[in-house]
Amino acid sequence: MSIPRNWRTRQQRYSLKAEVCNTCGNTIFPPRDVCPHCAEQKQSWTNLSGRGEVYSYTTMYNAPSGFEEYTPYTMALVKLSEGPMLTAQLTDVDGNGVAIGMPVEMVTRKLTQDGDEGQILYGYKFRPLLRQAV
Amino acid sequence: MRDVVIIGIGQTPVGEHWDKSLRHLGHDAVMAAMADAGIETAGALYVGNMLSGQLTGQEHLGALIADFVGLRGIEALKIEAACGSGAAALRVGVMAVASGMHDVVLACGVEKMTDTIGGVTTAALATAADQEYEVSQGISFAGLNALLMRRYMHEFGMKHEAFAGFTVNAHRNGAHNPYAMFQSPVSEAAYLKAGMIADPINLLDSSPVCDGAACVVLAPADRFRDRARARVLASAVATDCLAMHDRRDPLALDAVALSSQRAYAQARVTPADIHLFEVHDAFSIMSALSLEAAGFAPRGAGVRLAMDGEIAIGGRIPISTMGGLKARGHPVGATGVYQVVELVQQLTGQAGANQVGGAALGMAQNIGGSGATVITHILSAI
Repeated sequence: MSIPRNWRTRQQRYSLKAEVCNTCGNTIFPPRDVCPHCAEQKQSWTNLSGRGEVYSYTTMYNAPSGFEEYTPYTMALVKLSEGPMLTAQLTDVDGNGVAIGMPVEMVTRKLTQDGDEGQILYGYKFRPLLRQAV
Repeated sequence: MRDVVIIGIGQTPVGEHWDKSLRHLGHDAVMAAMADAGIETAGALYVGNMLSGQLTGQEHLGALIADFVGLRGIEALKIEAACGSGAAALRVGVMAVASGMHDVVLACGVEKMTDTIGGVTTAALATAADQEYEVSQGISFAGLNALLMRRYMHEFGMKHEAFAGFTVNAHRNGAHNPYAMFQSPVSEAAYLKAGMIADPINLLDSSPVCDGAACVVLAPADRFRDRARARVLASAVATDCLAMHDRRDPLALDAVALSSQRAYAQARVTPADIHLFEVHDAFSIMSALSLEAAGFAPRGAGVRLAMDGEIAIGGRIPISTMGGLKARGHPVGATGVYQVVELVQQLTGQAGANQVGGAALGMAQNIGGSGATVITHILSAI
């Protein structure tokens, strides 16, 4: 991914910066100018908790270029607690330890790298929700 | 609006054409269709293609192929809608003839996928999905479909082997299609043993990477009644959001439902009237979800049609009758035109061992991406 393209989406990649529609109240991620739920155009910024649950998952054995060295890795559809769903890698767990409905939380990790000398792309992945220390 | 008929068809065998370039494949299909129609020129050529810019470094296919088939000077455009590009070119051709803008129109689909190596092709195909929020995370097209399949199995309590019927049916039919990439049957045991691509999707759940081109010649019914091979009763497009995670319900394929309903309304038919359905079986799960969203089975019951043999030739709704994307092959931007060429074969009684008895009404559905563009055509026998 080009440097400017990565830079434009940094707030989403690093901190899940989202929007709330001023008209219908739905949370929108990633942000867009027209609400996909009610087609109105006024939104406010909001922060997401980064918590959600696994809606579906797959272990990838055949990766697109840029991701070959990580195979096998697990991708998931994560349903965020605020409503939106997103596509992300799961980390700190292998495919056998994943189940639909499993609670997960967002962490920032390396996604890929543009060749040997290009930029490193960081972004969100999700890991099984850690139990709080007593 | 004028009624539109198909007066000629052409196709190349689907496969790994090391000896043929993109332009040669397009040429072979267009020349075959023109010869079949008995025409020497056309008002316009619409070329459906998805990947030429990425895999061949060649765009601008309208002019390229028009020149290469000896039609330098005519209107010619490339039409792109990801894996739905072939049917999109056909859709544009139908509009051109129906509107009276052109009389004879060539709608061609062509794809060259085997000049590059696996990871590059996989990444190119993934451009049909949302680059910034799906692909950049490391997902592939097989991966997206695997997410759907896993969720489907979870919601409806299905095991992976329940999908075997789709693969077995497609390969049984492909075995009798001389243009198919794979011309031998596949057993259920082989399906269960195939290597994993993106769990639970294995190699035999997936359509192959391949090359191919197909073409149909469109013309107004009133002026070409004597040469008409099939009538285009419906041509409908519907869209949904690109990213699967943004869908109202990822398992519902809303654009399939919308596109099908628009096509049924145009043709004044219901799913019960359709004799065969060339479904977009890029992955087994897409067959199940398409059968459901298009109205052939209730939600969660699409797989039952495969388990009960209802999708076979002679069954209630035969699908992938010439092998489908799975066995004929899926040269992505050409697929939508192959589907319609095969419908014409069926409706004119020229499908050989795969002939659906009494086929008079057929439907073809071509899908771009994981369901963001869905193009449905319904054809009737003359």
